[in-house]
Amino acid sequence: MSGALGDMWDYLRSSEAWSGRNGLPALAWAHLRVSAVAVLVAAAVAIPAGVLLGHVKRGALLAVSVVNIGRAVPSFAVLALLLPFSLRYGFGLGFWPTIVALVLLAVPPIFTNTYTGVRDVPADAVEAAQGMGMRGGELVRRVELPVALPLVLTGLRVSAVQVVATATLGALVGYRNLGTLIVTGFTSPNKGRMLAGAVAVALLALAVDAIFALAARLLVPWRRKPGRWADAAVAGPDGGAAPAAP
Amino acid sequence: MRDRQASAPADVAVPVGAPPPVAEIGAEPGPPADAGGQVALRLDRLTKVYPGASRPAVDGLDLTVPRGELVALVGPSGCGKTTTLKMINRLVEPTSGTVWLDGVDVRSLPVHELRRGIGYVIQQAGLFPHRKVRDNIATVPRLLGWPRRRIDDRVHELAELLDLDPDLLDRYPAALSGGQQQRVGVARALAADPPVLLMDEPYSAVDPIVRARLQDELMALQRRVHKTIVLVTHDIDEAIKLADRIAVLNVGGVLEQVGPPEDLLREPATDFVADFLGEDRGIKRLSLLRVGSAALRRGPVVGTAASADEARQVMAREGTDWVVVCAGDRLRGWVGADELDRVATVADAEPRRFAAVVRADTTLRSALDVIVTSRSRVAVVVDDPHAGAAGASPDARYLGILTLDDLAEGVTG
Repeated sequence: MSGALGDMWDYLRSSEAWSGRNGLPALAWAHLRVSAVAVLVAAAVAIPAGVLLGHVKRGALLAVSVVNIGRAVPSFAVLALLLPFSLRYGFGLGFWPTIVALVLLAVPPIFTNTYTGVRDVPADAVEAAQGMGMRGGELVRRVELPVALPLVLTGLRVSAVQVVATATLGALVGYRNLGTLIVTGFTSPNKGRMLAGAVAVALLALAVDAIFALAARLLVPWRRKPGRWADAAVAGPDGGAAPAAP
Repeated sequence: MRDRQASAPADVAVPVGAPPPVAEIGAEPGPPADAGGQVALRLDRLTKVYPGASRPAVDGLDLTVPRGELVALVGPSGCGKTTTLKMINRLVEPTSGTVWLDGVDVRSLPVHELRRGIGYVIQQAGLFPHRKVRDNIATVPRLLGWPRRRIDDRVHELAELLDLDPDLLDRYPAALSGGQQQRVGVARALAADPPVLLMDEPYSAVDPIVRARLQDELMALQRRVHKTIVLVTHDIDEAIKLADRIAVLNVGGVLEQVGPPEDLLREPATDFVADFLGEDRGIKRLSLLRVGSAALRRGPVVGTAASADEARQVMAREGTDWVVVCAGDRLRGWVGADELDRVATVADAEPRRFAAVVRADTTLRSALDVIVTSRSRVAVVVDDPHAGAAGASPDARYLGILTLDDLAEGVTG
């Protein structure tokens, strides 16, 4: 066993690890909070935009561009660029710059999946719906969005996992979260705290992933194969359409 | 069921009359003379030119569809049959011309209201994958805001009408076979009991066996519900089987001929129609006629008590080397000439079962198949609900015989 693992074990057994504003519970909560807000804001922007463009079947270029830009721009650079503006306009260090960077990270997968999902609703179902007299809004609400839901959930899932992992960077601009353990542990000869932070972030990301997988199962009963506990959101034909993580 | 005819105010004001000839209708603009009467649907110089297209998809089409009739639009790819259908429920807006539905210009209604009053069945059914069968069927009633109880009742009524197992109602479409999906599609189209049903190649995506069964079901259904149906198909046999009248369209949406299948097959108006109907036009006509409608011959028949000599006389008279043996009007079988040598009566020769047996409701086309594959070139016609591949059942009632000559008579006569 290496020294770092032993150090982590020692750290986890200390009271410092479980209490106070630098304890794991408080940091994990802050981490989750900033991640959740970022994903919600991103969803509020990306889902309506994706539904609208998918419904009118326009904007394929935009969808591709958005996801490519999302891939190309590192969150770290965004954070560095934002910091002076945040300070100048009074949003300060910490929460707000972190949120903005995370929202920018979260938008592309949600937007592209929603757009693809709505655009690719089977043409015969759309034609039948129109032929039976559904108006645009009814078509979106009753057919297109529900049929696209598995892909929308996949987009949210990809975003959420990325955001949880990347929220760690918030520690660099003074937003206290699990990343703080990593950043402060960096300069210390004792690597236990840094390792504990890294493991905690990884576990949190896995937990978020599992929650979305479960949500997909519950919310999309029509995709569930009878008698099989199939995971529609990750595997399966539509999983392939999901854009990869940046 | 709601009766659209009774609720249409135009029905009260205008006396019901026979639909005027198509040529006259085309000549005079304005609503049809018998609005709300016998003509359910009328296409008036309907034209569609798609943007950027050099020639029209549909060109000045005039067509009347009497109430309760099934009219098939047939033609090759690019003949505009689907475009024509979609102009009725305004999925495609005509470039010029008018569609009159119950004497009302379809453009005078809000498009969603128009469509909720017209059933629409498409290829592959187009069911909503995220909704259970019952919710798929309930689509239009929900759009119309029916109370829940009424929707539930209607869904069960339709499941019964279309022979859908009630267990299927709580399944998702993905768990249904192609034939079941198509039935659900028809149930969904009929849900709000629209007087007019549009069907766009409804059976082209299912295998031939299922297709034949669905076609039979549609005919049985139509006998019960009497909808005005416009059916688009590229399958001329389907049109001949199902349609009261067939409209043959040529490329560019030109109407070549419209009329009952029988008329088209007997007298195709143009070479195009003749080509489209195929070289086996005469054979196809046979599929429109039933054995019972042909003039049956009595044939070489003897009673079970007939002597061998009597049987030989009947054979000589009819020019056969076999006789039909009947007990009263019940078919007992047949006996060949060479079996009569050592017996006193034909019953002693132990008559054998006929293999080449048809029923009175068999089509002449099927009878033809039986005749050409039988050794004696004759089909025996029986009144026998149990007749099958093994031949006539013991209680079959003998009606007569049918020969190739009789069939030819049926086609040309």
